[in-house]
This record gives sequence, C-alpha cells and structure tokens, in this order.
Amino acid sequence: MSAYLIRRILYAIPILIGVNLLTFVLFFVVNSPDDIARSQLGDRRVTEEAIQTWKKSHGYHKPVVLNDNEEGFGKITQTIFFEKSIRLFLFDFGQSDSGRDIGHDISQRMWPSLAIALPTLLLGVLLNITFALLIAFFRATYIDFWGVIICVILLSVSTLFYIIGGQFLFSKLLHLVPISGYDTGIDAFKFLILPVIIGIIGGIGTGTRWYRTIFLEEIEKDYVRTARAKGLREGRVLFRHVLRNALIPILTGIVVLLPLLFMGSLITESFFGIPGLGSYTIEGIQRQDFAIVRAMVFLGSVLYIVGLLLTDISYALVDPRVSLR
Amino acid sequence: MLVLFWTDILIFLLVTLATLFALHASRREHLRAPWREVARSGVAMSALVVLLVYVGIGLLDSIHYRPLSHHAENAAETRYSGEALSVFDKLVSGLRERSEKTYSAPFALHLYSRETVEGSDGTRSRQYPRLFHGGAHLSNPDDRNMDIASIAFGAGIKATAAWGLICLILAVVMGRRNGVRVRSSLRAMFVQRNAVNWRAMLVTLLVVMIVAWAALALSGYYHILGTDKVGDDVFYQALKSIRTGLVIGTLTTLVMLPLAVVLGLMAGYFGRWVDDVIQYLYTTLNSIPSVLLIAAAILMLQVYLDNHAAEFASVAERADLRLLFLCLILGVTSWTGLCRYLRAESLKLREVDYVQSARALGAGHFAIIGRHILPNVMHIVLITVVLDFSGLVLAEAVLSYVQIGVDPTTHSWGNMINSARLEMAREPIVWWSLAAAFIFMFSLVLAANLFSDAVRDAFDPRLRSR
Repeated sequence: MSAYLIRRILYAIPILIGVNLLTFVLFFVVNSPDDIARSQLGDRRVTEEAIQTWKKSHGYHKPVVLNDNEEGFGKITQTIFFEKSIRLFLFDFGQSDSGRDIGHDISQRMWPSLAIALPTLLLGVLLNITFALLIAFFRATYIDFWGVIICVILLSVSTLFYIIGGQFLFSKLLHLVPISGYDTGIDAFKFLILPVIIGIIGGIGTGTRWYRTIFLEEIEKDYVRTARAKGLREGRVLFRHVLRNALIPILTGIVVLLPLLFMGSLITESFFGIPGLGSYTIEGIQRQDFAIVRAMVFLGSVLYIVGLLLTDISYALVDPRVSLR
Repeated sequence: MLVLFWTDILIFLLVTLATLFALHASRREHLRAPWREVARSGVAMSALVVLLVYVGIGLLDSIHYRPLSHHAENAAETRYSGEALSVFDKLVSGLRERSEKTYSAPFALHLYSRETVEGSDGTRSRQYPRLFHGGAHLSNPDDRNMDIASIAFGAGIKATAAWGLICLILAVVMGRRNGVRVRSSLRAMFVQRNAVNWRAMLVTLLVVMIVAWAALALSGYYHILGTDKVGDDVFYQALKSIRTGLVIGTLTTLVMLPLAVVLGLMAGYFGRWVDDVIQYLYTTLNSIPSVLLIAAAILMLQVYLDNHAAEFASVAERADLRLLFLCLILGVTSWTGLCRYLRAESLKLREVDYVQSARALGAGHFAIIGRHILPNVMHIVLITVVLDFSGLVLAEAVLSYVQIGVDPTTHSWGNMINSARLEMAREPIVWWSLAAAFIFMFSLVLAANLFSDAVRDAFDPRLRSR
C-alpha cells in the first residue's frame, strides 16, 4: 500500500511540473511583461518609465528565464520564472498585483467555500440517490419516462437562472433569507441556506439521471437476476444488492471532487457575496490580477491531483477486487 | 460586398462536413439503422424541428456583407459602410432599427422611466412618454390588448394555413414516391406509425410556426420582449444570440475532434511510450480546472488584443476573433474526455481478430487505424459531439457572466443576462431581458438534450439490447 502511494505521489510530480510550465508559458511567454504592464496601465501611449515602475512594483522587472547580470545561483533564482513559478511548489504564492498576500487570503477564504460546497454536495447526493432509486424501481413505466424528461428539463436550465430565480423568489418576494452577504459563526447559517438549496436543486437533473444509469447498469447484472430468482422482493433487491454495488462508482465519483470543494463555486459565491475562494478567483479575473489567477490555477491542479489519488485509494477500500500494487 | 469572418468560414466548413457525412451514412445500412431509430422517436423528431429552426436562423446570420454606404450612393466610386451586416439582419431590419430611448416593458406603449415633457401650453410635467415605435400606430392606448389579440390571431390563422399547405405538399410528394393516393399518404403521416415520426414533427412545426409568425407580426408594431438600457429591441438581441450559441456549441467540437481522435487512437493503438506521453499530456491539461484555464487564456488574449488593436479592421472582426479563440480554448479544455474514451476503445480494438489479420496481411499502422479502428469508434465520436453541444451553450452564458466569455459587443445570452442582472434591484423590476435569454436558451438546450439522448440511445450498442 505505502509503496503504491509513494509511486502515485511521484507520478503526480511531473504533472505538476507540466501545469507549472504551461501556466508560465501562458502568462509570461505569450505576452511579455511589457505587454502586460502596458495593458494594465491602460493607455496606449504609456511612457517607458511608467512601464518600468509598474514592472518593478509587481516584481516583473527581472529577466524571464536567465539572469545574465547575476553570478552563480543568482543566474537562475533572480528571474521571473524562479520567483513566480518555482516558488508555487512550496505553496508560496507571493503577493497579488494589488499587494496582498495570496497565501493568507487563500487560508482565510477557503472555509466559507467549504461551508457551502460540502453540504451542497452531500445533501445533493443523498437526494439524487433517492430520486434515482425511485425512478429505477419504476423502470420502463411512465414514471420512468417522465422522470427522465423532468431531469432533462431541469438540466437544461442554466445555473444562472436557478440562482437569479431563487434569489428573486426567496429573498425578494418572500423575504425569508437575505439576498447576499456572509457572517461568521452561527449567523452564517442564514446566508448559507439559500445557496445550498439552490445548489442542490440545480444539481438534481444531472445527478439523478447519472445515478439512474448506474443503477440500471447494475440491475442488468447476473447477481441481481439470481437475487430475484431466489424470491427476493424488488425493494429488497434494490436496497440490499443494487444500491450497495452501485455505491462503488458513486462514491469514487464523489471522492475526486472532495479536495476541489475548497475552490468553491465561482458563480454561486459571486452572486451571493460569499467571501470564498470562488469569488476570490472571480475578483482576480475581473481585476485582471494575474498573480491570483496563476495561484488559483496551480492550487486547483494540486487539489485535483490529490482527488485522483484519493479516488485510487477509495477504490481499494470499497472494492476488495482492486488491489494496490 | 461579401465579408467573411473566420467563424463564418468554419461554420460553412462544418455544414459541408455534416452534409458529406450524411451522404456517406445514407448509403450504408449499418449507419442508417440507428438513424432510423432516431427518426421513429417522437421526442427526438420534435426536438429536431426546433433545432432546425435555430440552425436556420444561425446560418442566415452567418452570411455577412457590407451594405452600400448611404452617403456614397451617388458618388462615382462605390463605397461600403464599415459595419458588416448579415442576411438575417436584412430580413429583420425593422427590429434592428426601431430603437427607443431606454428600457420599456414588453408590449409597452410608454417608456420605463419618467421624463420631463413640455406640454403645448408651455407647462412642464414629469410623465412616461410614449414610445417612438412600440404601439405607435394606436391612437387610443386602451385598444392595445384588442390590437395585440387581433394581430396574433391573424398571424395564427395564416401560420395554420401555411402549415396545412406544407402538409399537403409533403403528402403529395410522399404519395408520388410510394405510389399511393394523397389521402392515404396523409393518413399515413398522421395516424399510422411510420419509419419517420411525421406526426410529432408536423405538430411541433405547427406550434413553432404559429409562435414565430405571431412573434414576427407583433414585433412589427410592438417591442414584444421589451427594450434594453439603450433602447434596443430585446427580441432582436435574443435572435442574434442564437448564432453565438451555435458557434460555441459546434465549432468547439470541430476544433477538438481532430486532436482527440488522432491522439486517442494513437495512444490506444501504439501503446508504450506513445501512450505514456499522450496520457501525460491529457492528465496535465485535465488537472487544471477548466474555468481557470479559460480565464487565464482569455486574460492573455485580452492583453494581446490591447497591444495589437491596430491590426483589426473593425470591432466586429476583433469580437469574431475572440469568439473563435473562445471556441479554441474551450476545445482544448474539453478534448480530454473524448480522448480517454477513444484510447480505451482502440486499446480493445487492437486485439480484435480483424485487426490482427489485417496486420498479418501486412497492412500499415495508419491503414489499420484509418480503415479498421476509426470506423468502429465513430459512434463514440458522434455521441460525444451531440452530448457536448448543450453543455457548451450553457457554458457560454456562465463564462460571459464571469467576463471571460465572448466579447462584450457580441450578442449573446450570457451578455444579456450579465447586463440585466444588475437591474434586478430596480423597482418595478426589469425582468424581460432575463426572461428572453431564458426562453431562447432553454428551448435550444432542451431540444439539444432531448435529441442527443435519442441519438445516444440509438448508437450505444449497450443500450440497444434493452
């Protein structure tokens, strides 16, 4: 097990290097720091001096890959590539273009994101499994047909409309919860409940349909026929046999998402004014703060790779046929 | 003068490819069989009618030209105006030109906001002024509802008559072909179950025709979906957004297909280091959250465009390039899924008997991939293409909302939502832009989803046995 884990972690390293190189090329090679400075300063006729000042204050004034002015190690370390890209591996995100410490911001803002994303995911999965089991129980009837059609209708509505509609209905018409905002501690509840509910409703269509396919695939299998042949009731077959076996793909599908929950949802957080990582990213994008976007790209990839690792481990834990070598 | 935008060229390339594929498939029984199953499904055929209407509008909106400049008509040299219009713009030119001062509600006669108006006797008063175009033909504002009803009713009658004519022509053509009389071919269309579910198609067509006809007739007199902040007709904007949605939904796939197919098949077929490299490539790309990758790429494009503004002839050209680039980058983030499927599939196919014997007979690697493996994974490609479409249309709205989508000057549902969102706080609420974007987007995505479900059911051999 530990040997397998170490191998998997080692395998993650070249991927992270790849991500790092890709973001570096995207941010510093496609456009030179001069171009970025000119675009940030806005004016077409920016003086060379202003560009240099901007670059200096944001740490983009050093050479991109090799610094010929320095001796020894300095040749490599005193460069944009080293300072902006290599340091990411140590989770040293540096300063944002507006001068804030990104690492500190991230550690502050990941918790509100989690407070929304985790309940949304867990409650959503529970609800979707229930609906999918119901539809699978009535398979090949009108309930099945219309259930699927309703799912398709639900998933054809853009997330934006779920949020706008939900805010309009619950906050503006019914005055049940505040439209947006956030508070710490127990007061956060009233701000969190609407985004969570909307998140769950928005996910019903996709989730239920997906789980229904998993259940139906499982129902076709031989052991289910055996269970029925020995005289078990349909409900017992579904709960005792099908559900348990179908949980393997469902659970492993969830595990890969778990680390990414910290990243939050861009849209939900920005609509509801939740100070999470999702809205942080959006602010970074809209202010054209390259340092934040770069940090989030790297963080997102790391979390995704952790998710893949967890998936492999969870496979081995729930499915005895899979062994980790 | 004809203007060719990059996306226009690619769209017509795509149409050509689709036509060629259809011709190719229609001659082969094993490819025709699943399509026949799709044609039998009522839901799928209804969805197809809706999709075809959208595609028709999108194609008309993709033929651009520069009209003759008004000022230069008498001059000796011909001069063209700087703004490129599409054939669709020409068809609904009334909609485009009839703009008001600012917001007005659907079917409204008065502006949304009050203005100071000077009366004939010199007194000033604050009131809601009448619209320039919306309901301008009415002398008495109280007649509005009757007027709307009568126009809509007339349009409905005309649409039904036209629909009847279409049915009749169809029946005559089909009757000729099958050698039966018109009456029995009409009955075959509506009562009997045929190879093609004509009844579902024709009923949907009737509904679509009535709605479209009434909407067009009414939009000649009113702003049927209101006007936006600068007074432009929202109905026109929603119609123009169709092209953007279709471009994103289809061109993205066109961009990603070659990449996914070539790399996926190579990884599965050659195995070993080729497989390792390709797997590394797509795992790396896949591990970056797609929104962030798109954001980074679009930010960089923005910097590039800022610094090279002089290289573009017009704003429209720049917006078009950004649209194309968005398709490209969406393609880059979405090819990995298909690539992984194809790799797994060709890994299996490599060991199949007919591939083994082709190899034994001395066929080259690329001949084997082209002749034996590619045709056997085409159904996966097709299913992915149709399934991805609706997701991409939805993604456009979200990306435009985050401001990493299409250019702000491009008509798109995402931009409509984005600009209308801030007006939700107003009293009375400005809801019509949102409603328009919702209706148009929802019906397109729903139709695409229903259609793609039927295609998947027909093409997926695992489901066929059920």
